[in-house]
Amino acid sequence: MSARAGILAAIRANRPAGDYPLPTVPDFTPLVGDDLVAEFGERLKRMGGRVAEPGSADVFAGVRERLDAAKVVASAVPELAGNRDLQSVRSPQEVEDVDVAVVRAVFGIAETGSVLFTQDELIVNAVAYLAQHLVVLLDPADILPNVQAAYRRPEFARSAYAVLHTGPSATADIEGVLIHGAQGVRSLTVLLVPR
Amino acid sequence: MSVEDLNPRARDGVIHPEVRAPHDESERAQDGGRLQHAEAASKPIRAPQTREKQPRGAKVRGDRPIDQAEAAERFLAAPLHQAAHDERLWDLRKKRDASAHGIPEWEELREIASAIKAHTLTHLDHYLEQFEAAAKANGVHVHWATDGADHNRIVLEILRSHGARTLVKSKSMLTEECGFRHHMAANGIEIIETDLGERIQQLDDEEPSHIVAPAVHKTRMDVAEVFAKTLGTDPDNDDAHYLAESQRETTRPYILKADAGMTGCNFAIAETGTVVTCTNEGNADLSGNVPPLQIHSIGIEKIIPKVEHLGVFIRLLSRSALGSPITQYTSHFRGPRKGTEMHMVLVDNGRSARLGLEEFWTSLKCIRCGACMNTCPVYRRSGGLSYGATYSGPIGLIIDPTFNKRKYSTLPFSSTMNGSCTNVCPVKINIHEQIFAWRKVLVEEHQIPALKQGMMKAAGAVLSRPAAYRAAIGAADSALKVLPRFAVYNPLNTWGKKREMPDAPRQTFHAWYKQNRMKDTGR
Ligand code: SF4
Repeated sequence: MSARAGILAAIRANRPAGDYPLPTVPDFTPLVGDDLVAEFGERLKRMGGRVAEPGSADVFAGVRERLDAAKVVASAVPELAGNRDLQSVRSPQEVEDVDVAVVRAVFGIAETGSVLFTQDELIVNAVAYLAQHLVVLLDPADILPNVQAAYRRPEFARSAYAVLHTGPSATADIEGVLIHGAQGVRSLTVLLVPR
Repeated sequence: MSVEDLNPRARDGVIHPEVRAPHDESERAQDGGRLQHAEAASKPIRAPQTREKQPRGAKVRGDRPIDQAEAAERFLAAPLHQAAHDERLWDLRKKRDASAHGIPEWEELREIASAIKAHTLTHLDHYLEQFEAAAKANGVHVHWATDGADHNRIVLEILRSHGARTLVKSKSMLTEECGFRHHMAANGIEIIETDLGERIQQLDDEEPSHIVAPAVHKTRMDVAEVFAKTLGTDPDNDDAHYLAESQRETTRPYILKADAGMTGCNFAIAETGTVVTCTNEGNADLSGNVPPLQIHSIGIEKIIPKVEHLGVFIRLLSRSALGSPITQYTSHFRGPRKGTEMHMVLVDNGRSARLGLEEFWTSLKCIRCGACMNTCPVYRRSGGLSYGATYSGPIGLIIDPTFNKRKYSTLPFSSTMNGSCTNVCPVKINIHEQIFAWRKVLVEEHQIPALKQGMMKAAGAVLSRPAAYRAAIGAADSALKVLPRFAVYNPLNTWGKKREMPDAPRQTFHAWYKQNRMKDTGR
């Protein structure tokens, strides 16, 4: 018998007695107030992320210093050129030296301060982890109230890769001391920029 | 009952004043406020600078029953480690409470999560087939492994067929279960753990001591010592930032060079064939997105039916584990990147058999959050390695015996039966009732020779009516007032000594040990 057949047969033979219907998940009232932008920002900051206001003349004013200090900027958004073309990257290792990556989020979640990316926004998935810093453009109109609303979105069923980022890479594995940039990005900054 | 009963001083927020840190090194928020997301402590905790040798885990001798109490006693004999460990885990427990209380529907979420798991587990054949079909349609290679050896063989074959020699991986309890690292090392495959805690443990040649925080039993001095020996860091520099940065710098070249990457799986969605991982470091995303070959190891009990159900579990998992509303990264791997291969290995390793254990099958609902460990007074005072098993703490007590009844026959006795584990479990597993049920089974099957048959009967009379037991505990606010004292103290005085327990039995550890615990159990 194949392992597959054996496992399925054992599961059928050992099925616990009783009737266990699949519960319906009720609509939960969002835990956040009506000002989703403020709620999102506040929660993102608690998760170690930053929020920067776009300048009137320069959308990237809030992260200009960081961009100017960077040697390699990989941009996946039309709003910024950058100097590393993600479209022409052949293997993920090539983005290893990126200082700042700029990407657009599909949506944000106010309940947690999270943003969602799929392979389409990232172009090279690894850039969101190998870069030293991540700058995220988020349309304020794209902020959902809660996690439940997020999982009703179609991206999860159709993307090869979808990921919620909530602040930067973090660890506290040594005596509970919080450290950003464990393996992935050292910082994550969200710029509220309409599409 | 609350653990405060066993920890009177915990009410002041501090159990061990000696581990208060002189200053705070944790990251700050944009507004300058102290951050405490991920597994960060809510206040600075620091083991005193005095060097104290790290206590090691239980002695494992083949199938011989693990002597958890012996290892626990050695942990207690290292007071600095014990205090830092206790304080840190109790802090996580408090962060969990604060987070849970912030959600009005918390109890409803637990009910729903538990019911989704019960439904899925009782229709597991159907959902596994659905998952397999969806994954295949996504272009994923799906494999089935009967046990750990099977899993290791399958992965080795995948690696060999690609000529792969190095593999980077993120934390996975399943691969620990399978003895994956050791098996691969013996076959010439280099495995690099990418989670900081797990990497510390790998470099120290120790198993993870906690399912969420693998190196939580180590102080910064221990880590500095391990890194100095293995990574060549400055042995006198025990700054946590320096140590973490050293690991980042030394691990990254492996990530970039690795022939293959592997992750475990927190949830597998049947409807879409998706593997979901939850990490704070982003290392599962590096393991899955950088190397040209990608493997996901999945315990068959991780299946949930639909994407909408994931929302329920995501809201519970990190809040229960760390008190954080979500992990920094929640990753959904569904199909291969262009030009690369993606493999998923569905692993049974005893799970289908566990499904047939009437009293114990609901332990398969576990989402490995670690909340039951953080709240357990025995665990906090004896350290995860004292259990000598892949799974420690309350959840370990009820699943370890399914792997090896003889070897883990004594573990279900390492509990105070205070029921705190059951109260915090996000999927409502009746953990302490199962702990007691295991005691009965092990006695009946003579894994515990003639162990206090009378004692089992007396405690059984109370525990056989779970609702009455819980009500009684609730009213009396203490298991001590409801259960015969041996059921609470057996063998609590190991962990309870040095605690201000009003009714602690006046017995030395050794006297208690001789009297209450069969050292030669099962021999
Ligand atoms: S048994 Fe419950 S509390 Fe313990 S790790 Fe599993 S899910 Fe968490």
